[in-house]
Amino acid sequence: MPIITEKDLQPTYDVIVVGSGAGGGQSAYTLTMNGVKVLMLEAGRNYDPVTETPMFQTPSQMPLRGMSTRQKPFGFADATVDGGWEVPNEPYTQASEDPKTHFKWWRPRMLGGRTNHWGRISLRNGPYDFKPYSRDGLGFDWPIGYEDVAPYYDKVEMLVGVYGSNEGLENTPDSPNGTLLPPPKARAGELYVKKHIAKFGLPVIPIHRAVLSTRQDHINFPKRLHPNNAKAQRILAEAMQARAACFWATDCGRGCAIKANYQSTTVHLPPALATGNLDILCNAHAREVTVGTDGKANGVIYIDKVTGQERAVKGRAVILAASSGETARILLNSKSTRFPHGVANSSGLVGKYIMDTVGGRLGGSVPAFENLPVHNEEGAGTHVYIPWWLYKESSKLGFARGYHIEFGTGRRMPGLGTGGASPGYGKSYKEEVRQKYGAGIGFSGRGEMIPNKDSFCDLDPSAKDKWGIPVLRFHWKWSDHELKQAEHMEQTFHMIIEAIGGKPGKMSKNREDAIEAPGSIIHEVGGGIMGPDKRTSVTNQWNQCWDVPNLLLNDGSAFCSNADKNPTLTIMALAWRASDHLIEEMRKGNI
Amino acid sequence: MDRRQAIKWLGAAVAAAAVTDSVLGAPKEPGAKPIEGAGKLIGTDPVLNKQYVAGELWSLTLTPTQRIAAIALIDLILPSDDPANDKPASQLGVQDFIDEWISAPYENCAADKPVITEGLDWIDAESTKRFQKKFTELSEAQKCQIADDICGKTPVKKEFKAHQNFFGRFRSLAASGYYTTPQGMKDVGYVGNRPTLNFDGPTPEALKHLGLA
Repeated sequence: MPIITEKDLQPTYDVIVVGSGAGGGQSAYTLTMNGVKVLMLEAGRNYDPVTETPMFQTPSQMPLRGMSTRQKPFGFADATVDGGWEVPNEPYTQASEDPKTHFKWWRPRMLGGRTNHWGRISLRNGPYDFKPYSRDGLGFDWPIGYEDVAPYYDKVEMLVGVYGSNEGLENTPDSPNGTLLPPPKARAGELYVKKHIAKFGLPVIPIHRAVLSTRQDHINFPKRLHPNNAKAQRILAEAMQARAACFWATDCGRGCAIKANYQSTTVHLPPALATGNLDILCNAHAREVTVGTDGKANGVIYIDKVTGQERAVKGRAVILAASSGETARILLNSKSTRFPHGVANSSGLVGKYIMDTVGGRLGGSVPAFENLPVHNEEGAGTHVYIPWWLYKESSKLGFARGYHIEFGTGRRMPGLGTGGASPGYGKSYKEEVRQKYGAGIGFSGRGEMIPNKDSFCDLDPSAKDKWGIPVLRFHWKWSDHELKQAEHMEQTFHMIIEAIGGKPGKMSKNREDAIEAPGSIIHEVGGGIMGPDKRTSVTNQWNQCWDVPNLLLNDGSAFCSNADKNPTLTIMALAWRASDHLIEEMRKGNI
Repeated sequence: MDRRQAIKWLGAAVAAAAVTDSVLGAPKEPGAKPIEGAGKLIGTDPVLNKQYVAGELWSLTLTPTQRIAAIALIDLILPSDDPANDKPASQLGVQDFIDEWISAPYENCAADKPVITEGLDWIDAESTKRFQKKFTELSEAQKCQIADDICGKTPVKKEFKAHQNFFGRFRSLAASGYYTTPQGMKDVGYVGNRPTLNFDGPTPEALKHLGLA
């Protein structure tokens, strides 16, 4: 079973998975490795990183030196196909005219989804992150705790390959010995920052990223991941051997032709396809989940984007992993007499409590970095970070929760803008550019947003996409917690840049300007939150919809909080856990 | 946060802007806005694994005369440091990039078009006014005399204010064009983009430079 066209569709499948990114990829992997027959629907085109990734292309080989455009917002070489904050033929709307409330919705349309270009930062949620309400009375507790998810974090880390270290810090979990790959060394500027901010109590430690710093243990990991499953072990061992270790040269955001980083298309889907249990249908945009007279999900209606025709496929269970927003949209559009407000929406909470990550940033120039002796600083993207360090001070900060700091320095590939700020011309100008090159630093805060009633999406009453499907309308409001947090970020970055003798960039005029626009961090979660009961949540702890137990939400939509930790690793861990449970329920005949 | 090609295209605000922007994560602006109907766009799904040349996607703008002036100005801004080792920037095709840029159907590029073309016309006119020759025919000292008036290193006189903007935009584009070529990368001391078995981290010399050794 391979990547198929419509004529090869089977009459029915065990499970239909909508979406091929982190959640869909992990679900398909877990299910097919255990013999479950799966159809995966992807709204975008087929995409092969091995042949399509522009690994070593330099800006001089790209149009306009790789300039960022509306159609390629992260630049020409970014591994996003047919996507961005604007997708042709697929509009979305905003409830308010106030631009501060406008949610920017990032969508790719390609096999593997956002996993092709993402930052690969793979941090575990800690014990506090699953019980935030119990700690400060805000938001919601998860119906599960860290101990429930930890075994799945272990598995995902072994499967996808994550570099990092164990530091034993508060709410920043360690991984079992032998799970993580060794972290790359810190760059010169990163060590410099570490030295000069230790006095503030800010720890600079190796970050966890889904990049193979060394090749995986293809002898032992498959046995640990798939005990008593010889076929799965063999397939995974082969898939692991097909991946090379990172060669420390190219930008992960372009994707990776040697499969050294995690993207669904190089890590989840090849072994899943090798089982013979997976069909993938691309250019198939899910419109709605169909429900039988028994009230159970029995299939999906999709638009064949090539012909524009509406088609239906059948399955015993349906997993939505289309991205939080798209999953909510599918649920809301799945209206029937039984579910007049959309399937699985008896609580009225589908689309509610959507969250992004709180973002703040500040850059600066650092004279100490000037004229640094020439050496290769490319590495593999982010090597170190600063985890949230003020757990003990939280009552004094004026805002709840916290953020971690990602920062970048180094003698990276010159691009559009290099040399632009130096004055004069001629040899002295060139000398100054040489001196200033690599002497910049940039800090980004990534913080926790607390879910609130005013941040949600619903169906626009009139707007429709090219295929006549109602589109999402976004409502957004930050609380003071997020605004004050963004302000705190900027002040911290300013303090750090001054501490290293640098010249900080301009500070924002106010909190509202300090926070990055909703959606711009591309960590959208929520909209189908999990919880303790069907009145206050959409899914149970197994990502099953309360109203329709054979319908699962295996992407970020089931998140009922959005810790400062980047969500992808948790999406994968929960998708694996939910898929294991689904297999068990199917075996028992409950589904 | 990975090195995402998130470069602010409207001038660089801080020194080493390319680095700070590229390490700050997602772009704050949504990216250059296309001008519908003004020409072929790069689009949402271009072929990535190929080398593009200027003029391939849209026709170019500069007249032969403007092009000659552009070459002379590029080489004044980015001359060879040592003819035995490196080339003046025009020999690396930097003028092709500038021409590609001002011809592109995007709002920020289109905004540069009159600035660059009128600026190049002006510089020839100014050369003729002062020295009865085109800019390219001037001696180095004569070229510098004009450039010094508009480059902004010393206070710019009122009558040249309008041309200071031209010089700044032209220099920014020329630098973007030059430092992204193999020679420009070497010039600035960028030695990445080549596979290595291990990432060795900073050299002892670099650590010493930062007081970390």
